[in-house]
Amino acid sequence: MDVLRVVNLGVEVQGRRILENVNLYIRSGETYALFGPNGSGKSTLLNAIVGNPVYKITSGRIIFKRKDVTDLPTDERIKMGMGIAFQVPPKIEGVKLIDVLRYCAKIGGYKEKDIFELAKRLKMLDHLYRPVNKGFSGGEIKRSELLQIMLMKPDFVMLDEPDSGVDLENISLIGEVMRELLQRDVPKKDRKSSGIVITHQGHILDYVDADYGMVLHKGKIACIGDSKDILRQIRKFGYEGCVERCLREI
Amino acid sequence: MSERDLASKEEIEKFREVGIELDLSKRSATFLQEDQFVKTYTSIFEGLEMMSVKDALKKYDWLKDYLWKVLRKDQDDYTKEVATSEDFNGYFIRALPGEKIDIPVEACLYLKRALKQKVHNIIIAEEGSELNIISGCTAHPSAVGMHIGVSEFFVKKNAKLTFTMIHGWNRKIEVRPRSAALVEEGGTFISNYVLLSPVMSVQMYPTAYVEKEGKAIFSSVIVALEGCKVDSGSRAVLRGEKASAEIISRTVSKGGEVIARGHIVGEAPAVKGHLECKGLILSEKGLIHAIPELEAKHPNVELSHEAAVGKIAEEEIFYLMTRGISRDEAISAIVRGFLEIEIKGLPEVLKQAIDQAISSVEKQLF
Ligand SMILES: Nc1ncnc2c1ncn2[C@@H]1O[C@H](COP(=O)(O)OP(=O)(O)O)[C@@H](O)[C@H]1O
Ligand SMILES: [Mg+2]
Repeated sequence: MDVLRVVNLGVEVQGRRILENVNLYIRSGETYALFGPNGSGKSTLLNAIVGNPVYKITSGRIIFKRKDVTDLPTDERIKMGMGIAFQVPPKIEGVKLIDVLRYCAKIGGYKEKDIFELAKRLKMLDHLYRPVNKGFSGGEIKRSELLQIMLMKPDFVMLDEPDSGVDLENISLIGEVMRELLQRDVPKKDRKSSGIVITHQGHILDYVDADYGMVLHKGKIACIGDSKDILRQIRKFGYEGCVERCLREI
Repeated sequence: MSERDLASKEEIEKFREVGIELDLSKRSATFLQEDQFVKTYTSIFEGLEMMSVKDALKKYDWLKDYLWKVLRKDQDDYTKEVATSEDFNGYFIRALPGEKIDIPVEACLYLKRALKQKVHNIIIAEEGSELNIISGCTAHPSAVGMHIGVSEFFVKKNAKLTFTMIHGWNRKIEVRPRSAALVEEGGTFISNYVLLSPVMSVQMYPTAYVEKEGKAIFSSVIVALEGCKVDSGSRAVLRGEKASAEIISRTVSKGGEVIARGHIVGEAPAVKGHLECKGLILSEKGLIHAIPELEAKHPNVELSHEAAVGKIAEEEIFYLMTRGISRDEAISAIVRGFLEIEIKGLPEVLKQAIDQAISSVEKQLF
């Protein structure tokens, strides 16, 4: 069954064109790794999918679970099973992490004690009563975002650079949690979760073996293929080189 | 005396909204003034004195020296009016030297029929004592008039006084508090002000004069609904070496007009002061005018301020919506968080009283 179809999507931010004619088709159980240089529009794509109003859709549609969600408010999309962990979430003075986790747990059907158990696993127990994201270190932000998305139990999971700035010791923790979120240990035919993972490093792909990789380049998806192959090409030839090769092959 | 003898069921409900419990298991003393008439006061703690200021003046000859000591009679028309009138009352609360009174003392000023309620309060925390006061002011729904409340605070050497004032008036009441505090060496004065419900107008500028190594902390949480005018600020005059002040205000306008002032004066060496003034404006009709002022009269002072006024960041609303709550729920969570400032050194019971006040008006806010 198809989970997400992005058709001819064009996105503008503050009057500037960021994405053009993006097409994407993700089926149930599939995980995509999304690559691309800084500023290529990776975060923009995820924000558009989840309905961030700052990112204006200028053309195209977003179809989620066979429903056109292009004009649906974000919370409705979340209730339909989308979930997102942000690259750089805002801090909110006065709203504590625990408050946000309670909203998440409600969506995922978790109880209060589950919040604490998961917070312990992600080493965030000491942060529960602090304003969300305020003064959190890079690694703490990533763990906090993962904790939130875990509690929401989405079946379409978007992770924006969950591994950036995370030290080696915590990479394995994050990797395992991601594996679980994306149900990588469940046989493909029974797997319900699918998603998109943005990453630069690729270490994380040792934990989460994405089914496909794709490269965003100049506002378009330039190649789609085996995620490890693409990563190898990027490492060897750079983003430009990789994209050139992809285009030649088509 | 039971609480039902003092007030009707509706009144008890109103009192509770401004932190007044009329319950001696939760308060160490209770004072209730209806218009100019003192209905009851009880003090169950040794080391604590509480009575009407009129009775106190009869009892203590020395008390007259405290009257109009930190405030001037001729400061303005309102102080003049109280100073020249015989028809006033108010509370006298005093913690004796070295006494630590943890459980808050409550004082309720209730405007029921009077056109003008004139109040003069004297609060003394004697040397080395600790005292917590919750002062709730409220009015009958049909009351029309003005409340003029003169309060003079004396925080003696190394004493600590926490004063929390919660206002819950109505749209036909004008409110003119006139307060000043004298904070002696090593003393701490913590003043909290909460105004969340409608009022015709409030205008006040309480001032603390802080001596050597003394400390003044002012926090205010103000919501102005449509039709309400609030001009409120806090001022600290740091007169002694190493005195310090912190002034924090959180202001929300939902159609009302607010002038949020703050003023710190550094007059002595090594004094420190910080002023934080934040405002959220929730509707197009409202107005927030933040006026933070810093005044240095000595080279060795450290005074700073931050002020920010604006609407709620869309980014924050969106973030919470990605956690499954609606736009309205997100806005209400952010505003509530904005109002729930961490007040340093505030006893848990007082924090609860403030949270309760926020909850009881939340419905009108969003
Ligand atoms: N909220 C925003 N406001 C202004 N510009 C933005 C915003 N988000 C993204 N952009 C711009 O859009 C382009 C793509 O950004 P982004 O999607 O964050 O790239 P990536 O995630 O691939 O690094 C960049 O030029 C960036 O400056
Ligand atoms: Mg990005």
